[in-house]
Formats: sequence, structure tokens, C-alpha cells
Amino acid sequence: MTCSRLIAVVLLCLLPSFAIAQVQEEERPSDDPVIEQRLAKLSHELRCLQCQNQTLADSPAGLAADLRREIREQMKAGKSDQEIITFLTNRYGQFILYRPRVTATTYLLWFGPFVLLLAGLAVLFRYIKQRRDLIPDRPLTPEERRRAEELLRARSRKETA
Amino acid sequence: MLRYLIPLGLFLVLVVFLAIGLGRDPHEVPSPLINKAAPTFRLPQLKDPSKTFSAEDMRGKVWVLNVWASWCIACRDEHPFLFEYAKSGAVPIYGLNYKDKRDDALAWLGEFGDPYVLSAVDLDGRVAIDYGVYGAPETYVVDKKGTIRLKHVGPVTPDVWSQNVLPLVQELNREGPTE
Repeated sequence: MTCSRLIAVVLLCLLPSFAIAQVQEEERPSDDPVIEQRLAKLSHELRCLQCQNQTLADSPAGLAADLRREIREQMKAGKSDQEIITFLTNRYGQFILYRPRVTATTYLLWFGPFVLLLAGLAVLFRYIKQRRDLIPDRPLTPEERRRAEELLRARSRKETA
Repeated sequence: MLRYLIPLGLFLVLVVFLAIGLGRDPHEVPSPLINKAAPTFRLPQLKDPSKTFSAEDMRGKVWVLNVWASWCIACRDEHPFLFEYAKSGAVPIYGLNYKDKRDDALAWLGEFGDPYVLSAVDLDGRVAIDYGVYGAPETYVVDKKGTIRLKHVGPVTPDVWSQNVLPLVQELNREGPTE
């Protein structure tokens, strides 16, 4: 791929991000340091739905700024973190939480890896046991020893012939 | 035989899961607002800011709320279709002008035409937060009791309209307002 084509591809990939550029007023941090601290902590737990792979704390998207403003206002009004999370999940769903709650629909997500781990361990132990049965750990009987030596002798005779 | 079939089986399961995953749009987040009361609001109208519009005004009617903005590129793709839907008279379409400048919004409607009965102005995006808006255009169908029955994120293509929106609107129109 030539350089200019590569640039064109990169620009095309960036196109969707232009679609969400919008009117943005300056974001005003609260003058209460406690609120800013709580916001910083809480917004790291929340997903920006516009960009999805960024937290609300890191996202420059307009929606993230609006939600930070909303959270600041609610904190100022004395709402607890839990109340604010409920407010947000009522509107945007569980998807806004980076740490999904443990509910019937998320059991697979939370416990699936451990189930897989246990299944893997079970398979491993079975395999080790099988191998142990396949390779018996006992000395040869005199009869077996005699046959083995015979076979080895026959082989070396064939090789020298 | 089994030692080959088990990995093959596992592989096929993986393929099925990945295929389902690939076919899904990660931006399509299920809305918790479906079958909940449409959040109330009272906002100034775009064309005549001295008048207001409220979701309450629409009680007893099936209506569509379409979130749009002049800065929203995908809204531009959707716009000609909205025009057709509005012209068909199947359902009144109301606009929610989301975080836009009034002049830009009016110019946009002037340039591309205005399919909306009216547009309400959500300048700071507060009403949009109540509606769980995260990517314009978004479209909501609200029934006669003021309950949200459908949310669509992204442009309402003719396929989406004829397969999802229109049948629902027709069904909701048959329902009594007090049901």
C-alpha cells in the first residue's frame, strides 16, 4: 500500500469520530474538591456510551462531559454514589457500568472463566491418570526380560548382517 | 475417533459464538426505557421559542420522537427517509434538536427540509440524558399512554421503518388510550 493510500484509510477510519463532534461548551469543574474527588473515582467505573471503550473520566465526547456535569450536580444535591449509579443505569442500562452487576444474565460472564478453569483441570487430571495407567511402574518379570533380550539380540544380528 | 470429534465440536461452538458476535452491532445497547413511561420534559420549540412542547401534550396519541442535530452526519443520511415517512401520514414525527445552535438547526432544516411537526430544543442535552441518548440520530415510538415502546439508535432506514416502526405504530393505533 502506498503512503497516500494508507493515509486515506486512516482518515476514513477516523470519519465516525467526526460524526460525534458537536457544540461543546467549556466544562466547569466544581469548586468543591470532595465532589471532584468523588467524581474522579466514580467516573472511572462508568463507560462512555459514545465511544464505548473509554471511561467517563477519560472521554472527551460531548455526552461524557454532559454526564460528568449531571453527576456533579447530583453530588452537590447530596445524592450518594449508589443513587447516581441507579439514575444512570435507569437511563443507559447496565452497559454503562464497567463492572457489571452479578445477576442471572451475567452469571456466565462472572463465573464462566472459573468453570472453564475447573473443566481444564479435570481434563488435565484425567489425562495424567490415564498416562499413569498406560505406563505401569513395575519391574519386568523374568519371562519378559528373557523375551526383551531375545528381541534386542535378533535386532543387532540383523543390523550387523 | 472421539479425540478428533471433541476438539472439532469445541471449534464449531467457538465459530458459532464468534459468528453471532460479528453479526451484532456493538453500538446497539438495549435500552432500559422500553415499556417505561417516556420521561417528561417541557422545552421551547425551535421555530417559535415562545412556545413550548411537552411529552404530556401527546397523551392519547401514538407519536415518534426523533433526536437530531445539524452537526450529526448520520442524521443527514436519515433525513430524506424521514421526509417520506412524515408524508405517508402514518404517525406524527416530532424532533428533539440535540445540543445544537439555533441558527445552525434552522439553516439545516431550511436546506434539507423540515419533516417534523415541530422540533423541541434540548440545548444542554439534559432531556437527552433522561432518554438515554448516546448517539444521534435516535428514534423513539411512544404509545397513547405515554410509554416508550421502541428505541432505535442510528438512522431509521426504510427497512427499519417498514419492519419495526410501522407495524408497531399500526398496532399501537388500534389500542385504546386507556388500555
